[in-house]
Amino acid sequence: MRVSFARVSVALLFCVIAGSSCETIPREALKLNKESLELRQMQTRRFDTNDEVNILAACAALIQDLGFILDESETGLGVVVGSKARSAVNAGEVTAAVLCAIVTGVAMPTSKDQMMRACIVTRPFGEQAESVTVRVTFQRIVRNTQNQVTVREGLTDPEMYQEFFEKLSKAVFLEAHEI
Amino acid sequence: MRKRYFLFLVCTCLVVLGCATTKDKLLDSDSSQLQLRSIQTRAFDTTDREKTLRTVIATLQDLGFVIDKADATLGTVSATKLNRYALRMTVTVRPRGETQLLVRANAQYELRSVVDPEPYQEFFTSLEKAMFLTAHGVE
Repeated sequence: MRVSFARVSVALLFCVIAGSSCETIPREALKLNKESLELRQMQTRRFDTNDEVNILAACAALIQDLGFILDESETGLGVVVGSKARSAVNAGEVTAAVLCAIVTGVAMPTSKDQMMRACIVTRPFGEQAESVTVRVTFQRIVRNTQNQVTVREGLTDPEMYQEFFEKLSKAVFLEAHEI
Repeated sequence: MRKRYFLFLVCTCLVVLGCATTKDKLLDSDSSQLQLRSIQTRAFDTTDREKTLRTVIATLQDLGFVIDKADATLGTVSATKLNRYALRMTVTVRPRGETQLLVRANAQYELRSVVDPEPYQEFFTSLEKAMFLTAHGVE
């Protein structure tokens, strides 16, 4: 059967229109859900002190200890942001790529480096602002050997947060309470 | 004759859809400023700017954003959410009259600015809950 030129044209037209409207923001992107609360609890601790600035300074010192470079800070709002670039080379992934290259003759790109970011927000807590809550959030962007971005994610491993707050407790000589 | 007509139609579409200049991209000339502003803005019955900014920051964190910048003097907060996609937001808080604060949110999803009302509505619904205040629409 001979496909009519008109049909091809119409199909092409639809493709053009579909291509131009592109991807849109996911519906749940700005919606609170059940995980939001769990994440908040995992990422937040409360310290019994009313000295917010002191806690914020300790947080800034701690992320420096962890190798982050300070990008931004705003004491008036209790915000400290830092980032660091690290290698993302993963032995398993490289081995798999080498095996794949041997079998297929095609070199697969592997993870090369990553930009990791940490953001700490402090907030007075309680009726008399008698304590301070600290919430830390981490995220990272991974690039592969072809300089393509392969991973963009918020980090949600509970152990990361646990260890961070253990270190913070030691730094401020105060016990970190769960909220 | 019809062949030519269709070919012309397809070419016209390609040209019309593909001809956004750098100026158009830089100044987002294709969107209506006034309409966008009303979609992106709500008024809250409070004058406590610092508390509002702190609540905005907490809400952004609840939504999975990591804060990029915050400025108490200017009343601005910028944040990025990475969840396979990249979503960036700037939220500004400024006084409106003697009794209200205006909160404006701008979002950019991947390479596009977000112009649909729904995502902003979702954001302000989340913010309302955290503020314990009603978000009033602004004309």
